Amino acid sequence: MSTTTPSSVAEPTTAIGKTADFLDQRTKVGVLAKQLVRKVFPDHWSFMLGEIALFSFVVLILSGFFLTMFFEPSMALTRYENEHPASMHGELMSVAFASTLDMSFEVRGGLLMRQIHHWSALIFMAGIVVHMMRVFFTGAFRKPRELNWLVGVTMLILGLLAGFTGYSLPDDVLSGNGLRITDGVVKSIPIIGSYLSYFIFGGEFPGEHIVPRLFTLHILVVPALLLALIGVHLFLMVLNKHTQYPGGGRTNNNVVGSPAVPAFATKMGGNFFIIFGVLALMGGTMAINNVWNYGPYDPSPVSAGAQPDWYMLFLEGSLRLMPGQTEYVIGGYTLSLNILIPAVVIPGLLFTFLFVYPFIEAKVTGDHREHHLLDRPRNVPVRTGLGVAFLTAFIILALAGSNDLIATHFSLSINTITWVFRFLFFAGPVFAFWITKRICLGLQRKDRELVLHGHETGRIVRFANGEYIEVHRPLDEQERWLRVNYDAHAPLEIEPATDARGVKRKGYKQDRRWQRLSRFFFEDRVEPVTPAELAAAHSHGEHDELESAHTAPELVSGSGNVEREH
Amino acid sequence: MKALAARRHHRSAPVVLLLLALLVTGGVYAALAPSPAKADTASTADIETGKKLFQANCATCHGPNAEGTTEAPSLVGVGAAAVDFQVSTGRMPMQMNGPQAEAKPPQMDEEQTAALAAYVASLGAGPAIPTDEQVDGSLGDAANGMALFRTNCAMCHNAVGAGGALSEGKFAPSLFETSDRNIYQAMLTGPQSMPVFNDANITPEEKRDIVAFIDEQREGSAGGLSLGSLGPVSEGLWAWVVGLGLIIGAAVWIGAKSS
Repeated sequence: MSTTTPSSVAEPTTAIGKTADFLDQRTKVGVLAKQLVRKVFPDHWSFMLGEIALFSFVVLILSGFFLTMFFEPSMALTRYENEHPASMHGELMSVAFASTLDMSFEVRGGLLMRQIHHWSALIFMAGIVVHMMRVFFTGAFRKPRELNWLVGVTMLILGLLAGFTGYSLPDDVLSGNGLRITDGVVKSIPIIGSYLSYFIFGGEFPGEHIVPRLFTLHILVVPALLLALIGVHLFLMVLNKHTQYPGGGRTNNNVVGSPAVPAFATKMGGNFFIIFGVLALMGGTMAINNVWNYGPYDPSPVSAGAQPDWYMLFLEGSLRLMPGQTEYVIGGYTLSLNILIPAVVIPGLLFTFLFVYPFIEAKVTGDHREHHLLDRPRNVPVRTGLGVAFLTAFIILALAGSNDLIATHFSLSINTITWVFRFLFFAGPVFAFWITKRICLGLQRKDRELVLHGHETGRIVRFANGEYIEVHRPLDEQERWLRVNYDAHAPLEIEPATDARGVKRKGYKQDRRWQRLSRFFFEDRVEPVTPAELAAAHSHGEHDELESAHTAPELVSGSGNVEREH
Repeated sequence: MKALAARRHHRSAPVVLLLLALLVTGGVYAALAPSPAKADTASTADIETGKKLFQANCATCHGPNAEGTTEAPSLVGVGAAAVDFQVSTGRMPMQMNGPQAEAKPPQMDEEQTAALAAYVASLGAGPAIPTDEQVDGSLGDAANGMALFRTNCAMCHNAVGAGGALSEGKFAPSLFETSDRNIYQAMLTGPQSMPVFNDANITPEEKRDIVAFIDEQREGSAGGLSLGSLGPVSEGLWAWVVGLGLIIGAAVWIGAKSS
C-alpha cells in the first residue's frame, strides 16, 4: 500500500511495489488509484448492458485498424484480376470495391476480420439500444444524470453515422443504393437540397469523391468523437456514482455493491472476453455482407431485399410507408414531402423526444432532488408507457422496412402489409402506451394488495362460528421495503390566474399548459401504502384486514386531491 | 485422278456417287441442323396420350383444345418448354386459385409430362425443351452470368437468387432448389409474372452462364453460414437473436453469481 508519506510505512520490497512507490512519490497516483480501486459498483446484470456497447466498440477499433491496412478508399476504375471469387473475375470495378474483395479473399484472416467488424457494428448498436432501454425505464436519466443521457443520445447518433459511413465504403451495389437514397433525402430538403447534395458528393451523384470522404469520416472523425464521448460518459458515470436498484438498505445516499478491484473488475474483464468471443464466433461462422454477391456499384441495378443494416431500417420503413402522392411542384420548384417527411421529419421527431424527455419529465414532476435509486418501471406508468410506445413506433418502422421479406416468408401481400403498417404506425404506439400503462397500474395495485394483506398461504381456517378465512402471511421487511418505497407524484399545483388584487398573472397560460401535461403524467396513480395504512391493517385481526382493504384508496384520480404522507 | 477418270464410266459409278452425295448431305445436315428437341421426336402415340391427359387434367380451365378460356390462357404456341416447366415443377395442374400458381410436388410423372409437352407442342410452334448440354452450368461462365443476373434478374429474385416479393402476394421464388433445366425454361418461356427472355434478348450461351452463376450460389458462402442470403434484415435478426441473446445470457449469468 503506497501513501503520500513514505516515511510512515515500511519500504516496498517487491519489484511491483517499488515501481508503484516510485510513481506515487512523483505523481501522487496512489490517491487516484485508491479512489478507483475502492470505488463501489452496484451489482446487477442489467448494469452490464452498457458494457456490450463499450466492448463491441473496442472490438470495432481493433478489427477496423486491421481493415484500414488493406482498404483503399478510391473510386478509380480497375479490373479485378484475382481468381476468387470466380463471379468477380475480370469485372470492371472501383479500387475501393476491388480492395474489399482482395482483403476478403487474398489477405489471410481478412474475411474473418471484415465479418467480425460488421457483426460488432450490429451488436454495438444493439448494445446501445438495450442499454438506453434500461436507463430509460428505470429513470436513471434523472438529476444529476441528464447530461450523461444527452451524451448517450449523441453517441447513439454518432453510432448511426459510423454504421452508415462504414456500410457505404465497399462501393458494392447495396452500399451504392444506400448512398443514392441519402442523395435523394438530401435533395428533398427545400432550397438548399441540391446545393448540399453537390457539396457532399463533390458534383453529381455518385461522383468520385464520396468514398474517400466517407472513409475520413468513418476512420477518423466519427470514432474520435465517439472515443471522446465515451470518455466523458464513463467519467460522468464515476463522478455521479452508479445508480442502484431499490431494495433494503439501499438509499439515495449510499451505494451498495462490490469494490472495483477485484470483484467488479473481474466481472468486467470476464464480460469483455465473453463479448469478444461471441463476436469472433459470429465472424467466423456466420456470413455477413458478402459484397461479392452484390457486385460493383452501378446506378442501374437494385436487387430485391436491398435494405440497410438493422439500426437504419426504421428510416427505410418510414420511406416505404409514405404515400408517393405528396410531391408538389410550386412555381417550378419541387417540394418532395414524400421524402422530406419520412426521412427528415420523422427521425427528427424521434431523436428530439430522446433529447428532451429527461427535462420534460423533470418539469412535469416538479422534482429538483437528486436520484440515485432507480425506479421500478411499474412505479412510473406513463414514462414506461411512453417508452414502450416509442419502441413500438421504431419496431413498426423497422418491420415496414422489411415488408418484402415479411411478404415472401409469411405468404402475404406486400400491398396489404404496407397499408396495415400505415395505420399501425399511428395506432400501434397509442395502443402500446395505453396497455402498458394499464399493466403498470395493475402491478402497482397488486403490490399494494400484497403489502396490506400479505401472501396467500392456501391455509384455510374455520372459526368456531363456522366462518372460513384464508390465512395470509405478512411480507418480510425486504419485500415490503421494495413495494412501499417510491414516489407517486401528483400533478403540478400552479399559482392562480389572478393575484390578490385581481390582476392577471404573467405566465399563467404557460403554467397551465405544463399543468395539463403534468396531469397526463400523474392523473392516474397508485399511492404507495403509507405507514398509517400499514399500521391500521396490522392492528386489526386478519378478518378485519380483509374488509379494510376494500375501503382503502387504491387508485387515486383527480389532481392533487391527496396529501401524500412520507 | 487418272484412276478415277478411267472408271467414271463404270457400271456402278452412279450408285457410288449417289451414296456419297447422300452421305455428305446427311453429314452436313447432322452437323448444321438445330439440336433436335424431345417434342420434335415425339411419336403420334405420345401426342395421343398427351391429348387424353390434357383433356382429363387441363381442359377445364384451358379449354378442350387448349384454346384458352376466361379462366386460363390459350396454350397454342407456348411450346414444349413451357409445359415441361409448369408440369415438372408441380405448378400445373393448379389445385387452388391464388396470387400465383405455386410450385408443389409434381402431379405427373416424367412420361406423362413428356406426353403433355408433345401434345401442346403439336398445337403450334414454340420453344422446345432445352438439351442437357444447353443447361449444363459447368460449361457456363459464372462471372458473365452474375453480370447478366444483376441487370436482368436480381431486382425480383434477390442478388443471389434467394427470391423476393412482388405486388399483391405474388413473388419471385428462390432459385436455390430449382433445377438447371427449369431455370433455363423459365427464362425461355416467362412463366406467371416473369418476363420472357428470348434468345435474341439473352442468348442460349448467356442463359447457361446465368445457370452457372446460380449453381455457384448453391455451394454456400465463403464467409460461413449464409443465413438465407437475404441481406441486412436477416443479419440484423441474427445479430439480435444469436449475438445479443448469447451476450445478455452471459451478463445474467455473471450477475447471478453475486447474489
